[in-house]
Amino acid sequence: MSEKRRTAAGILLLAAAAALILTGIMTGELQTVFAKASKICMECIGIG
Amino acid sequence: MWFQAAFFALTNGYAAGFLQGKIYSGAGKKFCVPGLNCYSCPGALFSCPIGSLQAVLDSRKFQFSCYVFGILSAFGVLFGRLICGWMCPFGLAQDLLHKIPFPGKKKNMPGHKYLRYLRYIVLILFVIVLPSFAVNAAGIGKPWFCEYICPSGTLFAGLPLIILNPGLRAAVGWRFFLKTAVLAAIVLLSIRFYRPFCKYLCPLGAFYGLFNPVSFYRFRIDTTQCIKCGVCQKACGMDIRVWETPNSTDCIRCGDCKAACPEHAIRSTWEKPLSSPTADPALRKQ
Repeated sequence: MSEKRRTAAGILLLAAAAALILTGIMTGELQTVFAKASKICMECIGIG
Repeated sequence: MWFQAAFFALTNGYAAGFLQGKIYSGAGKKFCVPGLNCYSCPGALFSCPIGSLQAVLDSRKFQFSCYVFGILSAFGVLFGRLICGWMCPFGLAQDLLHKIPFPGKKKNMPGHKYLRYLRYIVLILFVIVLPSFAVNAAGIGKPWFCEYICPSGTLFAGLPLIILNPGLRAAVGWRFFLKTAVLAAIVLLSIRFYRPFCKYLCPLGAFYGLFNPVSFYRFRIDTTQCIKCGVCQKACGMDIRVWETPNSTDCIRCGDCKAACPEHAIRSTWEKPLSSPTADPALRKQ
């Protein structure tokens, strides 16, 4: 792949990533992540 | 290594967590760090991307995680596996372990050629499929990778919290010992082999590696300078033929190859442009 194509692919993927992030924020995923991450994850520490 | 330690300190700076055996529950937990940094580490100020991905996939509300996949993809496009080399706490742990003197140190484990694909199976099965589809009667799944494998969670979250929090200590069961055994195995292997978890098991590295060929940070070989001496591969802990595949999905972009190259033929895209237009392998064919 040429250098220009790599850069173009990167820019397109970054734009797609930005769109995904915005969509996720609008659908309330942040709250789901926060609800999990703000409490001790029993599975993560091996208690289950 | 100092940068890795500083980044770990910056993203795990909640000292009260270590003092009181609890975790931070502020707004930072809505956002993911790039490395495998358990959000239940007493010091963690942000979220683990792999844990967050499973949390969204195993909930009843979402079939797909736009936010976390978007964040992971953005990190991947910007940095590729530079994150593994410079920003992951468990990568740092393995680097430190590998410095312990031990006879017969090797880069790769036996079966490396096939074992290196295991990380993709871990990513697909334990991070995506099982959390999404192995659900209970209420439609809720669980974070399979976190629950049964993740050594970073055991090292930075499980062990500190069990030591600091008597209530949690009383609830320890077989899963804790299973995860501790997985951690112990990786710790021992890391002393002899270079970054075995990164090479063979890490789902985050598997994902980021897919972006290595197109990430904004990548390596270039100046073919007018490169003499194919192989010093780069000798210096590379991931055992990559750097002069052939400078942006291999295995490359953690530690830069050891760049430092070792006697002809200074390896450069990153964030450095001064190469002198020769034919230096990029992709342009040589034109």
